[in-house]
Amino acid sequence: MKKTVKKTGRSRVASAVFIKDLRIEARSRVVTNQVLPFAGLIMVMFAFALDNDDVLQRVAGGLIWLATIFSLFIIVQRSFAIDTSDSALDSLRVAGIDLSAVFLGKSIALSLQLIALDVVLIAAAFLLYQVQVSVIGLVLLVTCVICATTGLGFVGTLYGGLTAGTNGRETLLPLLLLPVVAPVLIAATRATEAAFGSGGAAISEGWAWVGLLAIFAAVFGVGGSLAFGPLIDE
Amino acid sequence: MTVEKVLEFSDVVIVYDNFPAVAGATFSVNAGEIVLLQGANGAGKTTLLRACAGLLPIARGSANVLGCDLRLDRLAVRSRVGLLGHANGLFQDLTVLENMLFWSRLVGATRNDVDQAMDAMGLSGRLSETQVAKLSAGQRRRCALASLIVRRAQLWLLDEPHAGLDAQGRDELDRTLRAARDAGATVIFASHEIERASALATRSLVVASGTVKPA
Amino acid sequence: MLSQSAPKFSSTGTQATRIVGVLTIVVMTWVVISGLVFTPADVVQGESVRIMYVHVPSAWIAYLAFIVTAIASAFYIFAKRHSLGFDRVAGASAEVGVMFMVITLVTGSLWGRLTWGEFWQWDPRLTTTAFLLVTYIGYLAVRRLDGSIEQRARRSAVIALLAVLEIPLVHFSVVFWRSLHQRATILDPNGDVKMDGLMLFTLFSGVVGFTLVFVWLILHRQRTMLLSDLANQSGLDAAILARQNESVSN
Repeated sequence: MKKTVKKTGRSRVASAVFIKDLRIEARSRVVTNQVLPFAGLIMVMFAFALDNDDVLQRVAGGLIWLATIFSLFIIVQRSFAIDTSDSALDSLRVAGIDLSAVFLGKSIALSLQLIALDVVLIAAAFLLYQVQVSVIGLVLLVTCVICATTGLGFVGTLYGGLTAGTNGRETLLPLLLLPVVAPVLIAATRATEAAFGSGGAAISEGWAWVGLLAIFAAVFGVGGSLAFGPLIDE
Repeated sequence: MTVEKVLEFSDVVIVYDNFPAVAGATFSVNAGEIVLLQGANGAGKTTLLRACAGLLPIARGSANVLGCDLRLDRLAVRSRVGLLGHANGLFQDLTVLENMLFWSRLVGATRNDVDQAMDAMGLSGRLSETQVAKLSAGQRRRCALASLIVRRAQLWLLDEPHAGLDAQGRDELDRTLRAARDAGATVIFASHEIERASALATRSLVVASGTVKPA
Repeated sequence: MLSQSAPKFSSTGTQATRIVGVLTIVVMTWVVISGLVFTPADVVQGESVRIMYVHVPSAWIAYLAFIVTAIASAFYIFAKRHSLGFDRVAGASAEVGVMFMVITLVTGSLWGRLTWGEFWQWDPRLTTTAFLLVTYIGYLAVRRLDGSIEQRARRSAVIALLAVLEIPLVHFSVVFWRSLHQRATILDPNGDVKMDGLMLFTLFSGVVGFTLVFVWLILHRQRTMLLSDLANQSGLDAAILARQNESVSN
């Protein structure tokens, strides 16, 4: 049998992985049924703990992104549990599949799940914390969510892949991820506060932060594509 | 007449978790053979098969698979071998067909290839729409084998392929392996069921304490 | 690559480390005496200025250590022959760096307590340093994951190079964050100190002395790592024999 399988394009592999991850989520609903309520609860608990509308409006941006990052840890572990439970990740490696394409597919699927999560969290902020947003503010907010979740998807997949299947991954993942996502937490929080006008922040201030989020996403998109293969290979 | 050597191991040592699971294995396999690895549990069969697939580093000795030197480049060999280990590498929440289509997209196989492979393993019809999580162990095994067929591997490495299959499934497996051989593939498999496996194999090797000897 | 013969040395000391060691003792003795006795107290900060002689050199070493880790990791990844020597230097340097980072943060917050009245300020430099510390603790955790020596080397080198991408982003975002909200309300750690010649010289000696300590520690540490890798290797020879004899006796 001399006809060897031809190398498949990177985008084809990435889209196959992307569709696979989202289809599994659509069917198992782990994120929908477990992570969304968890993140929503964080928002409600803060409302109880702070119990002051002015304070809540002021800190709404920070709470949204803290809840996002805590949820990120759970979603990342779920994302790799899919691939390691029956050693499918091993099979991908044995088959010599382009791992940077796997990285891109998984990252984008992860980002989309985070976007869905953030839509719910922002809606909760409107309902529970009475924040307000103008039309321009909304444009800023949407751009901020897209840039921030893209960056989080990249770093989450990168470090999730490294810790997948290792002992003590539940604690190692946050240890590795927290310092890396600190810029996202700071930048996304400031941009969101600018969009909400919390504490008299001007919307124009927000765009500089969105720029930082975009740089972060670009750096880890490129860095992750290069590093993912060497990191997860034996 | 020269026979094409698919695999050539010489004094290979493979260290796994600081333990020399394979301690000086020397053997070779020619194209078109179906080679059986016999041996007790812990003899090193699984490690040997994983190393053949380019998954484990070779600590000492020289190893050549499908013309690739495993010491220099373990990655090059991977797209040309198919390894079926103890795990099946399937996605539990997807149906059989979805698993197969996922693999076919990765390796650029056509829908026709998928249908043929599923027919060969008796997975068409109602089973194809069933989630893998709801399949029996034997059905999962067949699904994993079907994905190997789709991948068109030149060298098949199978670890206990008969385990968990019923009589019919075993016959199908044997037929599939012979068909793969007739299509030009080479097969190396480990099994404890000596009688059935010896009938299938063209040659047997004994793996004992990390070394390989002819049976 | 490790040599297959048994290690020829029984200690991690060599001629070089002994010379570095003696030099270190001489310079550090001078720094201690000069820093505590000869140099004057600062007009504004008083005696607390003496913390500087430890704090500034250890901060310098901490950052130097991480630069060394990054460079050694890059050499490991990109050099044609993936030499494990680079990996050992990277690992040793990160370990020493984490220690000096802790010293930096402790002396910094002690000084902060005396000068600002608080142990901690969300100052960009402090915040970046704290994130750097956590990042490299993570790096050391990755080095301890299961796997072969080569696996350890490749994984940790990749993590070290990713940290090089991450640290500027962290630093930039923290600087940007503070500058928007409160403009330099805190003292620049060294700006207010009027340094006379002796103080400058003592500080400079401190930097030299700490660098010598760093070099001495790295030399020893990477050699102990080599020894432990060699020990595994010689264990392997015995284990291969034992494994083969198993089959003979069967």
